[in-house]
Amino acid sequence: MTSAGSGLTLLQTCALSLLVFTGASQFALVGALAAGGNPFTAAAGAFFLGVRNAFYGLRLSQLLALPRVVRPFAAQWVIDETTAVALAQPTRRSVRMGFTVTGLSLYVLWNLTTLLGAVGAEAIGDTDTWGLDAAGPAVFLALLAPMLKTTTERAAAGIAVLLGLGLLPVLPAGVPVLVAALAAPAVLYAEGRRSVKTANDAPRDDR
Amino acid sequence: MNIWIAIGATAVGCYAVKLIGLLVPAGVLERPLVQRLAALLPVALLAALTAQQTFADGRVLVVDAKAAGLAAAAVALILRAPFLLVVAAAVVVTAGVRAMTG
Repeated sequence: MTSAGSGLTLLQTCALSLLVFTGASQFALVGALAAGGNPFTAAAGAFFLGVRNAFYGLRLSQLLALPRVVRPFAAQWVIDETTAVALAQPTRRSVRMGFTVTGLSLYVLWNLTTLLGAVGAEAIGDTDTWGLDAAGPAVFLALLAPMLKTTTERAAAGIAVLLGLGLLPVLPAGVPVLVAALAAPAVLYAEGRRSVKTANDAPRDDR
Repeated sequence: MNIWIAIGATAVGCYAVKLIGLLVPAGVLERPLVQRLAALLPVALLAALTAQQTFADGRVLVVDAKAAGLAAAAVALILRAPFLLVVAAAVVVTAGVRAMTG
Protein backbone atom coordinates (compact mmCIF):
# COMPACT_ATOMS: atom_id res chain seq x y z
CA MET A 1 0.00 0.00 0.00
CA THR A 2 2.86 2.35 0.85
CA SER A 3 4.38 1.30 -2.43
CA ALA A 4 1.33 2.16 -4.52
CA GLY A 5 1.29 5.53 -2.78
CA SER A 6 4.84 6.19 -4.02
CA GLY A 7 4.02 5.91 -7.70
CA LEU A 8 4.68 2.23 -8.38
CA THR A 9 2.08 0.40 -10.47
CA LEU A 10 0.01 -2.50 -9.15
CA LEU A 11 2.15 -4.95 -11.11
CA GLN A 12 5.42 -3.45 -9.83
CA THR A 13 4.20 -3.50 -6.24
CA CYS A 14 3.22 -7.17 -6.44
CA ALA A 15 6.40 -8.14 -8.28
CA LEU A 16 8.38 -6.57 -5.46
CA SER A 17 6.67 -8.70 -2.81
CA LEU A 18 6.86 -11.89 -4.89
CA LEU A 19 10.49 -11.51 -5.93
CA VAL A 20 12.21 -9.64 -3.10
CA PHE A 21 10.19 -10.94 -0.14
CA THR A 22 12.08 -9.27 2.67
CA GLY A 23 10.02 -6.43 4.07
CA ALA A 24 12.62 -3.90 5.16
CA SER A 25 14.36 -4.00 1.76
CA GLN A 26 11.06 -3.51 -0.04
CA PHE A 27 10.12 -0.47 2.03
CA ALA A 28 13.63 0.95 1.62
CA LEU A 29 13.54 0.54 -2.15
CA VAL A 30 10.12 2.13 -2.46
CA GLY A 31 11.12 5.01 -0.19
CA ALA A 32 14.31 5.69 -2.12
CA LEU A 33 12.50 5.60 -5.48
CA ALA A 34 9.78 7.90 -4.17
CA ALA A 35 12.43 10.38 -3.03
CA GLY A 36 13.73 10.46 -6.61
CA GLY A 37 16.76 8.25 -6.11
CA ASN A 38 18.28 6.54 -9.12
CA PRO A 39 17.50 2.81 -9.42
CA PHE A 40 21.00 1.64 -8.52
CA THR A 41 21.52 3.62 -5.31
CA ALA A 42 17.96 2.67 -4.32
CA ALA A 43 18.70 -1.01 -4.96
CA ALA A 44 22.02 -0.79 -3.10
CA GLY A 45 20.33 0.46 0.08
CA ALA A 46 17.73 -2.30 -0.16
CA PHE A 47 20.46 -4.86 -0.81
CA PHE A 48 22.47 -3.96 2.30
CA LEU A 49 19.34 -4.33 4.41
CA GLY A 50 18.95 -7.83 2.95
CA VAL A 51 22.52 -8.86 3.81
CA ARG A 52 21.46 -10.02 7.27
CA ASN A 53 19.50 -12.83 5.62
CA ALA A 54 22.81 -14.44 4.60
CA PHE A 55 23.62 -14.89 8.28
CA TYR A 56 20.20 -16.33 8.97
CA GLY A 57 20.82 -18.77 6.13
CA LEU A 58 24.13 -19.74 7.65
CA ARG A 59 22.57 -20.77 10.92
CA LEU A 60 19.58 -22.34 9.21
CA SER A 61 21.63 -24.46 6.83
CA GLN A 62 23.17 -26.34 9.77
CA LEU A 63 19.78 -26.83 11.40
CA LEU A 64 17.78 -27.71 8.31
CA ALA A 65 20.50 -29.84 6.69
CA LEU A 66 18.74 -29.60 3.34
CA PRO A 67 19.87 -31.51 0.25
CA ARG A 68 21.71 -29.23 -2.19
CA VAL A 69 18.98 -29.33 -4.84
CA VAL A 70 16.34 -28.06 -2.42
CA ARG A 71 18.40 -25.13 -1.13
CA PRO A 72 17.72 -22.70 -4.01
CA PHE A 73 13.98 -23.14 -3.40
CA ALA A 74 14.23 -22.78 0.37
CA ALA A 75 16.44 -19.68 0.05
CA GLN A 76 13.62 -17.26 -0.79
CA TRP A 77 12.03 -17.97 2.60
CA VAL A 78 15.15 -17.20 4.61
CA ILE A 79 13.91 -14.11 6.51
CA ASP A 80 13.58 -12.79 10.08
CA GLU A 81 10.39 -14.64 10.95
CA THR A 82 11.23 -18.09 9.54
CA THR A 83 14.64 -17.96 11.21
CA ALA A 84 13.12 -17.02 14.56
CA VAL A 85 10.61 -19.87 14.38
CA ALA A 86 13.09 -22.46 13.09
CA LEU A 87 15.75 -21.62 15.70
CA ALA A 88 13.19 -22.10 18.47
CA GLN A 89 12.46 -25.72 17.47
CA PRO A 90 13.96 -28.62 19.44
CA THR A 91 14.36 -31.30 16.72
CA ARG A 92 15.44 -31.31 13.05
CA ARG A 93 12.00 -32.53 12.04
CA SER A 94 10.26 -29.65 13.79
CA VAL A 95 12.89 -27.19 12.51
CA ARG A 96 12.05 -28.19 8.95
CA MET A 97 8.33 -28.17 9.69
CA GLY A 98 8.51 -24.76 11.40
CA PHE A 99 10.55 -23.26 8.56
CA THR A 100 8.24 -24.61 5.83
CA VAL A 101 4.96 -23.70 7.52
CA THR A 102 6.14 -20.21 8.51
CA GLY A 103 7.73 -19.62 5.10
CA LEU A 104 4.69 -20.73 3.12
CA SER A 105 2.06 -18.97 5.21
CA LEU A 106 4.04 -15.72 5.37
CA TYR A 107 4.76 -15.82 1.63
CA VAL A 108 1.07 -16.28 0.79
CA LEU A 109 -0.16 -13.74 3.34
CA TRP A 110 2.49 -11.12 2.53
CA ASN A 111 1.69 -11.27 -1.18
CA LEU A 112 -2.08 -11.30 -0.65
CA THR A 113 -1.94 -8.27 1.63
CA THR A 114 0.35 -6.54 -0.88
CA LEU A 115 -2.22 -7.10 -3.62
CA LEU A 116 -5.10 -5.95 -1.41
CA GLY A 117 -3.09 -2.96 -0.22
CA ALA A 118 -2.15 -1.93 -3.73
CA VAL A 119 -5.70 -2.30 -5.03
CA GLY A 120 -7.01 -0.46 -1.98
CA ALA A 121 -4.51 2.35 -2.37
CA GLU A 122 -5.51 2.83 -6.01
CA ALA A 123 -9.13 3.00 -4.90
CA ILE A 124 -8.72 5.63 -2.20
CA GLY A 125 -6.56 7.93 -4.30
CA ASP A 126 -4.25 10.31 -2.41
CA THR A 127 -2.66 8.08 0.25
CA ASP A 128 -1.03 11.04 2.02
CA THR A 129 -4.41 12.36 3.19
CA TRP A 130 -4.85 9.11 5.10
CA GLY A 131 -1.43 9.36 6.73
CA LEU A 132 -0.18 6.28 4.90
CA ASP A 133 3.18 7.92 4.15
CA ALA A 134 3.89 7.53 7.90
CA ALA A 135 3.56 3.74 7.60
CA GLY A 136 7.05 3.33 6.06
CA PRO A 137 9.06 5.06 8.83
CA ALA A 138 6.83 3.44 11.48
CA VAL A 139 7.67 0.00 10.05
CA PHE A 140 11.39 0.85 10.15
CA LEU A 141 11.12 2.10 13.72
CA ALA A 142 9.31 -1.07 14.80
CA LEU A 143 12.04 -3.20 13.20
CA LEU A 144 14.78 -1.05 14.68
CA ALA A 145 13.55 -0.78 18.28
CA PRO A 146 14.28 -4.37 19.39
CA MET A 147 17.82 -4.10 17.90
CA LEU A 148 18.85 -1.16 20.12
CA LYS A 149 20.09 -3.30 22.97
CA THR A 150 23.51 -1.87 23.85
CA THR A 151 25.40 1.43 23.61
CA THR A 152 27.08 0.17 20.42
CA GLU A 153 23.77 -0.15 18.58
CA ARG A 154 22.48 3.16 19.93
CA ALA A 155 25.65 4.96 18.90
CA ALA A 156 25.47 3.48 15.39
CA ALA A 157 21.80 4.46 15.11
CA GLY A 158 22.45 7.99 16.38
CA ILE A 159 25.35 8.62 14.01
CA ALA A 160 23.37 7.14 11.12
CA VAL A 161 20.45 9.51 11.81
CA LEU A 162 22.79 12.53 11.85
CA LEU A 163 24.54 11.44 8.64
CA GLY A 164 21.29 10.52 6.91
CA LEU A 165 19.63 13.86 7.66
CA GLY A 166 22.73 16.06 7.49
CA LEU A 167 23.85 14.84 4.08
CA LEU A 168 20.37 14.79 2.58
CA PRO A 169 20.49 18.36 1.19
CA VAL A 170 24.01 17.97 -0.26
CA LEU A 171 24.24 14.49 -1.80
CA PRO A 172 22.09 12.93 -4.55
CA ALA A 173 18.97 11.05 -3.38
CA GLY A 174 19.69 7.56 -2.05
CA VAL A 175 23.38 8.22 -1.38
CA PRO A 176 23.06 9.67 2.17
CA VAL A 177 21.55 6.39 3.41
CA LEU A 178 24.53 4.46 2.06
CA VAL A 179 26.94 6.90 3.74
CA ALA A 180 24.93 6.56 6.96
CA ALA A 181 25.47 2.80 6.80
CA LEU A 182 29.18 3.54 7.36
CA ALA A 183 28.21 4.39 10.96
CA ALA A 184 28.22 0.62 11.57
CA PRO A 185 31.89 -0.09 10.72
CA ALA A 186 32.89 3.27 12.25
CA VAL A 187 31.36 2.43 15.62
CA LEU A 188 32.87 -1.08 15.54
CA TYR A 189 36.28 0.41 14.74
CA ALA A 190 36.02 2.93 17.59
CA GLU A 191 34.93 0.17 19.93
CA GLY A 192 37.82 -2.04 18.83
CA ARG A 193 40.31 0.75 19.51
CA ARG A 194 38.85 1.40 22.92
CA SER A 195 39.10 -2.27 23.91
CA VAL A 196 42.71 -2.39 22.65
CA LYS A 197 43.46 0.66 24.79
CA THR A 198 41.90 -0.85 27.90
CA ALA A 199 43.79 -4.07 27.21
CA ASN A 200 47.04 -2.04 27.13
CA ASP A 201 46.05 -0.20 30.28
CA ALA A 202 45.24 -3.37 32.14
CA PRO A 203 48.83 -4.47 33.02
CA ARG A 204 49.51 -1.01 34.48
CA ASP A 205 46.54 -1.46 36.80
CA ASP A 206 48.02 -4.74 37.98
CA ARG A 207 51.24 -3.15 39.14
CA MET B 1 11.46 1.39 -16.70
CA ASN B 2 13.83 2.69 -14.03
CA ILE B 3 11.57 1.20 -11.38
CA TRP B 4 11.76 -2.22 -13.04
CA ILE B 5 15.56 -2.02 -13.09
CA ALA B 6 15.55 -1.23 -9.37
CA ILE B 7 13.09 -4.04 -8.61
CA GLY B 8 15.16 -6.50 -10.67
CA ALA B 9 18.46 -5.52 -9.06
CA THR B 10 16.99 -5.70 -5.55
CA ALA B 11 15.31 -9.05 -6.21
CA VAL B 12 18.50 -10.63 -7.57
CA GLY B 13 20.67 -9.14 -4.81
CA CYS B 14 18.37 -10.08 -1.95
CA TYR B 15 17.87 -13.61 -3.27
CA ALA B 16 21.61 -14.05 -3.76
CA VAL B 17 22.48 -13.19 -0.14
CA LYS B 18 19.77 -15.54 1.13
CA LEU B 19 21.17 -18.36 -1.00
CA ILE B 20 24.79 -17.61 -0.10
CA GLY B 21 23.98 -18.11 3.58
CA LEU B 22 22.64 -21.59 2.84
CA LEU B 23 25.49 -22.58 0.52
CA VAL B 24 28.80 -21.30 1.92
CA PRO B 25 30.73 -23.39 4.41
CA ALA B 26 30.08 -22.22 7.95
CA GLY B 27 33.62 -21.01 8.73
CA VAL B 28 33.71 -18.17 6.19
CA LEU B 29 31.03 -15.97 7.75
CA GLU B 30 31.54 -17.02 11.32
CA ARG B 31 34.31 -14.59 12.19
CA PRO B 32 33.07 -12.43 15.07
CA LEU B 33 33.84 -9.13 13.36
CA VAL B 34 31.86 -10.08 10.23
CA GLN B 35 28.91 -11.14 12.35
CA ARG B 36 28.95 -7.98 14.44
CA LEU B 37 29.10 -5.83 11.33
CA ALA B 38 26.20 -7.73 9.78
CA ALA B 39 24.16 -7.16 12.93
CA LEU B 40 25.05 -3.47 13.10
CA LEU B 41 24.51 -2.58 9.41
CA PRO B 42 20.70 -2.92 9.55
CA VAL B 43 20.69 -0.78 12.72
CA ALA B 44 22.45 2.07 10.94
CA LEU B 45 20.37 1.70 7.78
CA LEU B 46 17.03 1.50 9.55
CA ALA B 47 17.86 4.49 11.76
CA ALA B 48 18.86 6.62 8.77
CA LEU B 49 15.82 5.51 6.76
CA THR B 50 13.42 6.18 9.64
CA ALA B 51 14.81 9.68 10.10
CA GLN B 52 14.81 10.49 6.38
CA GLN B 53 11.33 9.24 5.64
CA THR B 54 10.00 11.19 8.62
CA PHE B 55 11.79 14.50 8.21
CA ALA B 56 12.63 14.71 4.51
CA ASP B 57 10.46 16.19 1.81
CA GLY B 58 12.47 15.51 -1.31
CA ARG B 59 15.85 17.00 -0.37
CA VAL B 60 14.54 19.50 2.17
CA LEU B 61 14.21 18.77 5.89
CA VAL B 62 10.77 19.45 7.33
CA VAL B 63 8.84 18.76 10.52
CA ASP B 64 5.23 17.95 9.59
CA ALA B 65 2.38 15.65 10.61
CA LYS B 66 4.59 12.58 10.05
CA ALA B 67 6.77 13.58 13.01
CA ALA B 68 3.70 13.42 15.26
CA GLY B 69 2.81 10.05 13.71
CA LEU B 70 6.27 8.67 14.37
CA ALA B 71 6.19 9.93 17.95
CA ALA B 72 2.93 8.00 18.36
CA ALA B 73 4.62 4.90 16.94
CA ALA B 74 7.49 5.34 19.40
CA VAL B 75 5.06 5.56 22.32
CA ALA B 76 3.27 2.43 21.06
CA LEU B 77 6.64 0.63 20.87
CA ILE B 78 7.56 1.63 24.42
CA LEU B 79 4.17 0.26 25.55
CA ARG B 80 5.09 -2.98 23.74
CA ALA B 81 2.17 -2.75 21.33
CA PRO B 82 2.07 -5.34 18.53
CA PHE B 83 3.63 -4.46 15.16
CA LEU B 84 0.39 -3.65 13.32
CA LEU B 85 -0.82 -1.41 16.15
CA VAL B 86 2.47 0.54 16.04
CA VAL B 87 2.06 1.19 12.31
CA ALA B 88 -1.65 1.96 12.73
CA ALA B 89 -0.88 4.50 15.46
CA ALA B 90 1.55 6.32 13.15
CA VAL B 91 -0.92 6.35 10.27
CA VAL B 92 -3.94 7.47 12.34
CA VAL B 93 -2.07 10.24 14.19
CA THR B 94 -0.50 11.53 10.96
CA ALA B 95 -3.88 11.62 9.24
CA GLY B 96 -5.44 13.25 12.31
CA VAL B 97 -2.83 16.00 12.57
CA ARG B 98 -3.07 16.63 8.82
CA ALA B 99 -6.87 16.87 9.00
CA MET B 100 -6.65 19.39 11.85
CA THR B 101 -3.89 21.57 10.39
CA GLY B 102 -4.48 21.14 6.67
